[in-house]
Amino acid sequence: MTSVTDRQKLQYIAAQAADARVNVELETEGMTLNLGPQHPATHGTLRIIAQLDGEQVVHAEPVAGYMHRGYEKLTEVRTYPQITTLVNRIDWLGSFANEVPFILAAEQLMEVEAPERAMWIRTILFELSRISNLILFLGDMGVQLGAVTPVFFAFRDREFVLDQIEAATGGRFHPNFDRIGGLKDDLPKGWLESTKGSMDKVREFCDQIEDLLLGSEIFQARTRGIGIVPADVAMQYGLSGANARASGIDWDIRRDNCIGLAYPELDWKVWKHTDGDSFARFWVRIQEVREAAKMVDQLCDGLPAGPVMAKVPRIIKVPAGEAYVATENPLGEMGYYIVSEGELTPFRVKIRSASFSNMSITPWLLRGVYVPDIITILGSLYFILGDIDR
Amino acid sequence: MGLGLVESGKMPKSLIKLLNISRSYSLWVYQWGLACCAIEMGAAFGAPRYDVMRLGVIPLPASPRQADLVVISGTVTDKMAPVIRRLWEQMPDPKYVISMGSCANCGGPYWDSYSVTKGVDQIIPVDIYVPGCPPRPEALLEGIVILQDRIKNEDPAKRWVGEPIVVQ
Repeated sequence: MTSVTDRQKLQYIAAQAADARVNVELETEGMTLNLGPQHPATHGTLRIIAQLDGEQVVHAEPVAGYMHRGYEKLTEVRTYPQITTLVNRIDWLGSFANEVPFILAAEQLMEVEAPERAMWIRTILFELSRISNLILFLGDMGVQLGAVTPVFFAFRDREFVLDQIEAATGGRFHPNFDRIGGLKDDLPKGWLESTKGSMDKVREFCDQIEDLLLGSEIFQARTRGIGIVPADVAMQYGLSGANARASGIDWDIRRDNCIGLAYPELDWKVWKHTDGDSFARFWVRIQEVREAAKMVDQLCDGLPAGPVMAKVPRIIKVPAGEAYVATENPLGEMGYYIVSEGELTPFRVKIRSASFSNMSITPWLLRGVYVPDIITILGSLYFILGDIDR
Repeated sequence: MGLGLVESGKMPKSLIKLLNISRSYSLWVYQWGLACCAIEMGAAFGAPRYDVMRLGVIPLPASPRQADLVVISGTVTDKMAPVIRRLWEQMPDPKYVISMGSCANCGGPYWDSYSVTKGVDQIIPVDIYVPGCPPRPEALLEGIVILQDRIKNEDPAKRWVGEPIVVQ
């Protein structure tokens, strides 16, 4: 028989021994975890092969190419107006933004300039596609963390923006509205007022998401200090857009190198964050949506009158030469390098898409993180598979 | 199902009807989102404006092994094709396939691309084709309604086969 105190003492010793044993025996095993190629966090079909040690990632390797459609080869057998249809589908959430740099590069080669009204309408539609793109990101980021509600809000309010794009261009998703020398059509009657109304809805949505997600303790615990990209690493990997600005790089093509769009005439701000973590990337994008809504309001107020199409020949032959034009797309820098030999079709088109560079940082970024954080980091980097694989 | 009673064709007509109605209003959809159409599918399944659940469709199974219907939405590339075939084989019978968008139907704008499979029907049998690039969410809902009509009039003894339907 042992007394109560003795029993307690024995239990204490046993517990100590168990702890010690655990400390010795807690070995981790290597394991290979395959993510994808079908995974909701990747907005398409990215596959990530992660070598794990216990719950930590030792090495992660992205496997791209599940959505490779051979754009750069296809552009060699399409005429210039046909290519617009094709490049719409590179980044499918912000379709109009994909057309603009290509058309601007072709205009540069042809030495045609779009009328001022066309330039302004292009900028409006560019910002609308940015809003429709980033709204889905803001909602989707909640899903990556296990909160399902925000994505319903995102789909609800995105429809208002898509309605405006559809009313102006006839396409919900792929407008195919840009032409060399201007636009296909002018805006319909009453469009500017209804667009401003939908911008109010967008601002409301941003406030709602801020209430729902940004202030939430769980959201902050899962995103703050996770997936930190320092500014120099971001530069080395060629990150662009909101990912670079979340690392403190003050660089925006809309402000610094704007070609053929109406940004210099607007009053707006480039937001950046110094943290470089998942939270910063989310925060920068929510501010970008607000800035875009502000810009659309200004553009609708100051829209100049005039024609929307310059004089261009009926059959478009682009003179021989080379041109590279990049714009600040919703995902980052997107540019087209066109080599023309004076034919109906380009000789070669090189597409610089933002997501490819943004994705290439994942092996560096995922080293040492825990398994649930893989999803958060991938979600916050925000790439679209069509933009990676082309 | 019913120890071979359904397959043998000896089940009473009224019971078959009841079975078919219950099957058609509890379709579990596996979302195979590949490209642009995936976002329109997301709008049809997730957006309050379209809301597929009012049709009795549950779009959130955890794996293809729990799904009755798979919506192939987007461009099927040659690299992706074996994966699609494998997941389709994991689905339990009776299984249905909706091919959404021009790319999944026939290759769409990439008809002359070297890396795109010209139609998902080369790999798996398709029940409903939804044309469009991308189709509106309403078109996908129409496809689902047509599929439900078809399930209601099915004869299980014939092993759930039929000609594909194109949504007009």
